[in-house]
Amino acid sequence: MAGIEMKVLAEWKYEKSIPFRGYTGKTLYVNVENQECIEKEVTEEMKERFTGGRGFGLKLLWDAVKDNTKWDDPENEIIISGGPLCGVTQYPGLGKFYAVFISPLSGQTYDSNAGGHFGPLLKFAGWDALEIQGKSSSDVVIFIDGDNGKVQFLESDLKDLNSYTITESLHDYFSETEDDKRSVSVVSTGQAAEHTYWGCLNSSFYDLKRKTPRLKQAGRGGGGTILRNKKIVALVVRNRDWSNIKQGIKDFGILQEVGLKLHKEIHDLDAKQARMRTVGTAHLNEIMNDYHLLPTHNFKFGQHKDIANIHSNVYEGLFTQGVPDGCWYGCSMACSKGVDNFEIKTGPCKGQIVTVDGPEYETSSSLGPNIGIMNPAWTIEANFYADHYGFDTIGLGTGLAFVCECFEKGFINQEITNGLDLNFGNMDNIMKLIHRMAEGKDTFANEVSKGIRQMKKVFEEKYGAPAENLRDIGMEGQGIEVSEYVCKESIAQWGGFFLTLKGPQHDEAWLIFMDRVNKQLPTFEDKAEALHYFPLFRTWFSLIGGCKLPWNDVEPADNMTKYPPQEAAKVPEHVQNYVDIFNAVTGRSITKEDLLLMSEKVYNFQHLFQIRLGKGTRDFHNIPYRAMGPVYADEWEARSEYYDNELREAGIEPERLPVEEKISKLRVIREQQWITLVDAVYNKRGWDRNGIPTLEKLREIDMELPELVKIVKEKAKPEDSFTN
Amino acid sequence: MKWLKTYPERCIGCEQCMETCSELWFREKSKLLSRIRISANEVGFSLNACNQCGKCIEICPVGALARDANGIVQLDKDKCVGCMMCVAFCPTSSIFFSSTKGVEPFKCIACGACTKGCPTEALEIVEEYN
Repeated sequence: MAGIEMKVLAEWKYEKSIPFRGYTGKTLYVNVENQECIEKEVTEEMKERFTGGRGFGLKLLWDAVKDNTKWDDPENEIIISGGPLCGVTQYPGLGKFYAVFISPLSGQTYDSNAGGHFGPLLKFAGWDALEIQGKSSSDVVIFIDGDNGKVQFLESDLKDLNSYTITESLHDYFSETEDDKRSVSVVSTGQAAEHTYWGCLNSSFYDLKRKTPRLKQAGRGGGGTILRNKKIVALVVRNRDWSNIKQGIKDFGILQEVGLKLHKEIHDLDAKQARMRTVGTAHLNEIMNDYHLLPTHNFKFGQHKDIANIHSNVYEGLFTQGVPDGCWYGCSMACSKGVDNFEIKTGPCKGQIVTVDGPEYETSSSLGPNIGIMNPAWTIEANFYADHYGFDTIGLGTGLAFVCECFEKGFINQEITNGLDLNFGNMDNIMKLIHRMAEGKDTFANEVSKGIRQMKKVFEEKYGAPAENLRDIGMEGQGIEVSEYVCKESIAQWGGFFLTLKGPQHDEAWLIFMDRVNKQLPTFEDKAEALHYFPLFRTWFSLIGGCKLPWNDVEPADNMTKYPPQEAAKVPEHVQNYVDIFNAVTGRSITKEDLLLMSEKVYNFQHLFQIRLGKGTRDFHNIPYRAMGPVYADEWEARSEYYDNELREAGIEPERLPVEEKISKLRVIREQQWITLVDAVYNKRGWDRNGIPTLEKLREIDMELPELVKIVKEKAKPEDSFTN
Repeated sequence: MKWLKTYPERCIGCEQCMETCSELWFREKSKLLSRIRISANEVGFSLNACNQCGKCIEICPVGALARDANGIVQLDKDKCVGCMMCVAFCPTSSIFFSSTKGVEPFKCIACGACTKGCPTEALEIVEEYN
């Protein structure tokens, strides 16, 4: 791009390794402090135990950090890894990378995934993983040049440190022709990441039809915050010449056949099922509302009277139709919707005509009903700025929802907010707060942008807000903001959010439909089984570089009739597809049971990693009461029939009781149910009552690594054993 | 637009067209490598070849499919990443692939070679312009 000059500070050359059977066999270590690069071998043992992707990230991070490493210590890393199926174009959804790091929000490991072309191109450039350590003294761009086998550290000359600007500039800078632009991918964040803990990583892909780079987010956990803390403006990879057929895939024919089968299912069924090709995940808006699951006013309510404003049909009209919206080639699910020719109304980009990625469901609800705003144009603008500034839209929306409720309850006021009226639905003032958070100059905005866990502390200690109320309505677990589903009426989803490895998100377990809508998990045993199987199955995608959506956002036409309900929820034929394509790529012979075992190794490794970092045990699996039941009277009244019935089922007649008493009686029941659920889930996972994996479990999954056994022996107490 | 028009009522199922096609484009006789497919049905035979409708152009994520000056939808092998989306989304299922012949699918490009050997004149290259 004209005007950009980037001086090469250091350069390192390497011999490119072409992927074979899913792996290049090499990982790249980059230290931005001393501008050093090291090539590391991927051993057979590493593949066997950690598979790839998030597994490789966790293994490399484990070796890089100390027991007391904090997120902003130089030894904390960002590791980006796709996995053995990443980059395959014959089956939908195989372009994901996983970023692993110690999170500023939770102080423990986090893994966050993104589409876009960075994961595949990184692999084609020769690397199964990119490991970044150290802190630079000045702004740098790291350029991995797969065409010429070199890594360059470039002095950044970019003045506007926001993601769309960075990405567009660097796609231009590293391309000689228009067609070249698709061979480049950029990971960046925005200026907000200098101040917020919600900093996201934006991963680009060049949209050939729109002729502009698009951004997909590894939004959660604060990866962007770490990127900026390391003074990295962007990671860039370029790799022009590649073809899957030259990449040592064992059985290309099977890959093509299985991929074609799924493409045809999507072609035939998507319009009747999830409508991913036309509205993406925003198809959930009205469904969530129908079942009282749509987060409204900080998860207080599950429905909004103005749902028609954000109905998926409205978004269908806003999204550009008829373009191949896959975030990696070969994804016929094409859910990466975009709004084109959108005029920005506020802030530094006011008046600009832009393409906005999304909104996806999580954003249309977090920056929508959860903050009382039922105006898609506002949500689209907030989505644009969140991406541009580098905010995770889920952390941001759920955080803002907490702020709005605190304002509504009078825990904070306009004096504290520096003049902003932050009642639910105040579009102008909430947008102003977003801009202030990005600028980083306003004290209150800076307090907000550190996340709910920090806000609870500041609001209590500095502003005198009642701690108990803050704890009840602050929708975070392990320091991570809850993603956008009201789970008060789904006990299984309490676990799906709050018994997760890394804090509440919808990556690990999303059981709300099975439990609440389809009622497939009636007993605690059923719930525990689902909270064992699904997190493991879903973990597998993070190991191989896959997206979960093509697994169950389309189902074979006879899936629900061919299998009993709990089995149908697994979509057995698609599970078999994954077994088949994994074997076709790698030449291995895994079964669907092996698939779970691969996950269980990494799952327990990550859990013990959290324990190593002083977290991960039962005390750290906190759940705010708002996630389990109604905190306030109006919340009860909105679903009084349901809650009264819950009391009746527990043998309590609600008729003559005042609402406050009903709330407290239900709370006793709910909190006991939580204890029962935690025990059932831990036991099913092979952990003790304190959440420490047993030595038997490590043996069973062949993960008796000395460093893991040491932690178990140090932490496990006989009285916590389920066998005592 | 130039395209291969078929007259299934005239087809006798000799499959000469399939042989001609695979020999021309892949240098071997194989029904699986033909860009036109003949199959028996209840009343005779059905003939399946691309009608150049162009639906695949909007499906392709890399812009590998485009019309040439004659309106024929051509596949640019250098751009194709072999994702198979065009194969699945073709309204007439007229795009084919063979894992033995590389990553790219193949389709009728209205070259007309098959029409010459057809004994019953069941195939014809036509040009229609609006």
